Amino acid sequence: MIRTENIHKSFGDNHVLKGVSAEFHAGKPNLIIGSSGAGKTVLLKLLIGLFRPSEGTVYYGDTNLFSLDDNEIRSIRMKVGMLFQGNALFDSMTVGENIRFPMDMFTRLSLKDKNKRVDECLEMVNMEGINDRYPSEVSGGMQKRVGIARAMVLEPKYLFCDEPNSGLDPQTSILIDELICSLTSQNNITTVINTHDMNSVMGIGDNILLLKNGQVAWTGDKSQVLESDNKVLEDFIFASPFLRRLREDALKQRQGE
Amino acid sequence: MLIDTFLYNFGQYILLLKSAIAKPERFSMYYKETIRQMDAIGVGSVFIVLLISVFIGMVTAVQFADQLGDSFIPSYYIGYIVRDITIIEMAPTITCLVLAGKVGSNLAAEIGGMRQKEHIDAMEIMGVNTAAYLIMPKVIAAVLVIPLLVAISAFVSIIGGYLATVLPGSISHTEYVLGLRSFFVPRYVFIMFVKAGAFAFLLTSVSCYFGYYVKGGSIELGEASTSAVVVSNVLILLFDFIIALLLT
Repeated sequence: MIRTENIHKSFGDNHVLKGVSAEFHAGKPNLIIGSSGAGKTVLLKLLIGLFRPSEGTVYYGDTNLFSLDDNEIRSIRMKVGMLFQGNALFDSMTVGENIRFPMDMFTRLSLKDKNKRVDECLEMVNMEGINDRYPSEVSGGMQKRVGIARAMVLEPKYLFCDEPNSGLDPQTSILIDELICSLTSQNNITTVINTHDMNSVMGIGDNILLLKNGQVAWTGDKSQVLESDNKVLEDFIFASPFLRRLREDALKQRQGE
Repeated sequence: MLIDTFLYNFGQYILLLKSAIAKPERFSMYYKETIRQMDAIGVGSVFIVLLISVFIGMVTAVQFADQLGDSFIPSYYIGYIVRDITIIEMAPTITCLVLAGKVGSNLAAEIGGMRQKEHIDAMEIMGVNTAAYLIMPKVIAAVLVIPLLVAISAFVSIIGGYLATVLPGSISHTEYVLGLRSFFVPRYVFIMFVKAGAFAFLLTSVSCYFGYYVKGGSIELGEASTSAVVVSNVLILLFDFIIALLLT
């Protein structure tokens, strides 16, 4: 589990996060949602330790992340996998080399064993046989899957996903969500997903944290979204007339039942 | 304001170097990267170094021959002057100024591009000490390879001087060789290697620094690349003077 306590973060005069306290549980997807500029990415980067908070702290289990020195933070990060919005795959390496990189850096496995693990990871994301292709030679959706495979290669305890569905068509988005969801539950990983994709919220939102102007505006799960009377949540999730109508129909149907 | 900026950048540069000096996570990865950089910096720069060196030697020889004119200074001094000026100054300084443009801008753009594409963040999250992995192999490769390039440059410059003076008949082969073999001070070779090593360290570490901390988009990446070259060049000239003061 990851826990934040009263996190504040400022960049000069810009107070981005204003006292965020939250819990992210193992074995289910934890979603951070909110409109652009709400502070989602800053919170995610704080959770990983790429930023230091102006006030407050982050706990990995019982360990206070910001009481550790750089080397200790690096040892925690070896238990972390991350899927970036832009994938962050190394262009000069093949898909296989990208996935193998963390093993090359941190394990003493033989090349044969490392390649076997690469194949396992590619199979896990249904991308067998693309080891020798370069990231630029595969589609955006395939790159996301390769990114997930790389994030999973060292069997992380924590998985962070920054906008995993951005730039993907709805069908591929659902596949990526399902993949992340199944890996999370199978491996009992603490997964934190930063998104503003409504399909993800309603599909895999087992623990949702809504941010507005750097503060927690609502927490709950997908089953509570429809009936919540929280104005911020309502304005954010059901922003389009089409979704408002769907919600009203769903609520009427429930009342009828 | 200028002093603030200088102090801020200098402090950040020192901190970056401090974090870059660390025990490698996996020695073989650093070794492989160092070899790759030695190939890129060394082999990749041989042609340009040969080209500029031959012209440096030719120009130095021709101009000195012209200045000697009908004076009483023996013409074999051309070989002597070309040798010493090449070894002490031209080969290390001009070669490194050119390499600051070629290698320095390349390193700043490579690391800056990695920063912008979140490759550096990705490595950090994996637990890699990015300052060490991305900077140290480049600095070590440059400090090993650039002195060799400078030695080649000195040798080729002397040949350039020969071609420009002996072939047209300004002086004879014997006179040029006699000049080369006269008044040789071995310490000058030592100075050449000290300069080459110091300039190699400066041009790679400064270029990596500008790339590592790049912010923004492609315009900022271009600016970082330009700053890397300009600052490296200024520092090379400054340290050229300091080393000259200390070692001569």
